[in-house]
Amino acid sequence: MGEVIVVTSGKGGVGKTTTTANVGTGLAKLDKKVVLIDTDIGLRNLDVVLGLENRIVYNLVDVIEGNCRIKQALIKDKRYPNLYLLPSAQTRDKSAVNPEEMKLLCDQLKGEFDYIIMDCPAGIEQGFKNAIAGADRALVVTTPEVSAVRDADRIIGLLEANEMKRTDLIVNRLRVDMVARGDMMSSDDVVDILSINLIGVVPDDERIVVSTNNGEPLVGDDSLAGQAYMNICRRIIGEDVPFLDLNVKKGFFSRLFGKN
Amino acid sequence: MSLADLFRKKSTSSNNAKSRLQLALVSDRTGCSPEILEKIKNDIIDVISKYVEIDRANLDINIMQTKSESGDGNVPALYANIPIKELKRHEK
Repeated sequence: MGEVIVVTSGKGGVGKTTTTANVGTGLAKLDKKVVLIDTDIGLRNLDVVLGLENRIVYNLVDVIEGNCRIKQALIKDKRYPNLYLLPSAQTRDKSAVNPEEMKLLCDQLKGEFDYIIMDCPAGIEQGFKNAIAGADRALVVTTPEVSAVRDADRIIGLLEANEMKRTDLIVNRLRVDMVARGDMMSSDDVVDILSINLIGVVPDDERIVVSTNNGEPLVGDDSLAGQAYMNICRRIIGEDVPFLDLNVKKGFFSRLFGKN
Repeated sequence: MSLADLFRKKSTSSNNAKSRLQLALVSDRTGCSPEILEKIKNDIIDVISKYVEIDRANLDINIMQTKSESGDGNVPALYANIPIKELKRHEK
């Protein structure tokens, strides 16, 4: 029986889609059968981040409305035999789907896949409600900024109110050099404020931009972000993985960011 | 906590962010504004001051999320750390 994970944040632009793409690809690399669902109807993005934008025939709304069978809409990623994408519809809006329909879809996919990962839209309205409806657990993504952390707190409250069984935090785009200067909250600060379990810290890394440009998730490569994402995947499947000591790489970081 | 830490706490933007956020989230979570919290704090100080002398500078009163006794979910709790300088002698 598969597990449904929703990737959410409240605030937009903190890295939900990048996280979904990397965590999904990482789990597939760990030999899990994974389907990624883009639930951001009207603002389709996960397909381009994964480099699968040219292969879309049917989408999520087609499946919900019965215009096609689920299997016809799933795009198989040729690079990873265990990875599939159910893309979002670009020409419809959030009201095309309701939470009951999403729950039913999740239940159907659970028999087929080890992990069903939902990329949630920003906000707390219909799209959010659709995305969390069938989820067994949530990954809340935030950056160490006041606006993102405040929205994450709101989301955590809403997930609790909806009786989400498990919620874990990912602190994204951490800049160790700024934390050292006292100009950015550390992941410990963010955990202090939100008081939920931390499942990963992803350092700010230029290579994320490059990987998105190319439509190739970097999870599992030798970059710090690639390692951080792979560690998150290992923790999701239940392995006990120590956190990367980002501070040790100070020299590396100052080279990366020192010229900014 | 060392003196250096205390100094640092006041001077960095990250600590500023953290304390601003903590205050904002208290009112977000409980619907209790910082202003009301300040009033609660002053009333508590008044009541306790009748009986003991307290260290006002290091007094800390906050609303925090704590695990509920039934174990599931968080509930808001009023947390007060009030250092006592000296117990006043009660006179009849």
